[in-house]
Amino acid sequence: MQDLVNIFVKAIFIDNMIFAYFLGMCSYLAVSKTVKTGVGLGAAVIFVLGVTVPVNYLLENYVLKEGALAWLSEDLAGVDLSFLSFIMFIAVIASMVQLVEMIVEKFAPALYGALGIFLPLIAVNCSILGGALFMQERQYATIAEATSFGLGSGVGWFLAIVAIAAIREKIRYSNVPAPLRGLGITFIITGLMGIAFMSFMGIEL
Amino acid sequence: MSTETAEVAVKKASEPLFSKKNKKLLSDPLDDSNPITVQVLGICSALAITVQVKQAVVMSLSVLFVMIMGNLTISLLRNSIPDRIRIIVQLVVVASLVILVDQVLKAFVYDVSKALSVFVGLIITNCIIMGRLEAFALGNKPWPSILDAIGNAMGYAWILIAVSVIREIFGSGKFFGFEIFGSAAEGTGLYSIGFMNNNFMILPPMALVIVGIIIWIQRSKNTKLIEEN
Repeated sequence: MQDLVNIFVKAIFIDNMIFAYFLGMCSYLAVSKTVKTGVGLGAAVIFVLGVTVPVNYLLENYVLKEGALAWLSEDLAGVDLSFLSFIMFIAVIASMVQLVEMIVEKFAPALYGALGIFLPLIAVNCSILGGALFMQERQYATIAEATSFGLGSGVGWFLAIVAIAAIREKIRYSNVPAPLRGLGITFIITGLMGIAFMSFMGIEL
Repeated sequence: MSTETAEVAVKKASEPLFSKKNKKLLSDPLDDSNPITVQVLGICSALAITVQVKQAVVMSLSVLFVMIMGNLTISLLRNSIPDRIRIIVQLVVVASLVILVDQVLKAFVYDVSKALSVFVGLIITNCIIMGRLEAFALGNKPWPSILDAIGNAMGYAWILIAVSVIREIFGSGKFFGFEIFGSAAEGTGLYSIGFMNNNFMILPPMALVIVGIIIWIQRSKNTKLIEEN
C-alpha cells in the first residue's frame, strides 16, 4: 500500500509531466486561459491517463513483451512484438479519447464548446503517450502500481494547468508589455515554474 | 443557366497552381499564423530537441515529410472517413508514416537516427500534425493541403532552428557541432579570457523562455497578433 502512495506522490511532484518532462505543453498553453476550462481538460486528462496506463500495462505484459504470449501456447514463447508498441498504445489512447469526447459532448455541451479542437487533441497530448512509454520503461510490477502511476501523472498535469490558469487570470490586472501579453508571458512563467519544480528532482521518497 | 455553371467549372479548373490564395497558404504560417508562436501547436518537441542545431534540422525535415504525406493522404480520404472514427484513422496514417521515416533514417543516416531515436517516435504525438489534419486536410482538396503542410512545416522549422541556434551557441559554445569560441576543455580562444558556457541554456526551462522572447519580438513587429490580455 505504501508503495502505491509513494508512486502516486512521486508522479505528482517529482516526475511532474509538465515541469519535469515538458509533456503535453500544447493543450496546457492553449486551454489555460481560465481556471474553468483548465479544470475540465485536467479532469479529462486524469481520466484518460488513469484508464489508458493500466490497459496499456496489460497489453504490454500479455501481448507485446518478449515471451509475453507464452500464456497462449508454448510455441509463442519466443515471439517479441515490442516493435508494435507505439501503434498499439496510440490505438488504445485514440479509442479512449473518442469515448471521452462522446461523453463530454452528451453531458456537458458548454464544456465541449469551450475545449474546442483540444479535446480530440488529447489523443496527441504527449503526456498520454508519454505516460504509457514511462510505464513501459519503468517496468512496474503490478497493475495496481501502473494505475497509481497513471492517476498520479494525471493529477500532476491537472495541478499544473490549474496553477497556470489561476496565474493567467490574475495577470490580466498587471501591466504586461503589449507584445508579450497572452502567450509570450505564459511561456516565460512556465519556464520560471519549471525552474522552481526542478528543486523537487533530488528528493527520494 | 447551364452555360453559367459550365463557365464556373472552367474557371475553377483553370485556377493557377500558385494563385494568390494558394501562395497565402504557404506564406501565412511563416508569420501570421505560425504553428508554434500563434497556433500553439507542437511545443513538446520544440523544447526537447533544440539543444543542438543538427537535431533540429533533421527533426524539421522529418516533420516536413510526415506532414506533406499525412495531409495528402487524409485529404484524398476526406470524403470516405466516418466522423466518429476520424482520430483513429489519422493516427494510424501518421504512425505508419513515422515508422517509415524511422526506418529510412536508420537505414541511411544511422548515427543521426541513433541520436534522435526517441524524438522520431514523438512525431506521432506532435500536435502540429494532427492539428493541421483536423483543421485543414479534412475539409480541403489535395493541392491546397500539400501547400498548407509545406507552409506549416516551414513555420515550425524556422522557430525550431532559431531556438536551437541560440541554445547551442550560448549553451555549449558550438554551432552545428563546431566549437566557435575556441575549445572549452583546453581553455583556448574566448575561454582563455574567462568566457564560460551558460549551462542554464541546456536546461529545458530556457527553451520556454527563448520561445517567449521570440514571441515578444515577433509581436512587436507584427502588431495585429497582440492579444487583449
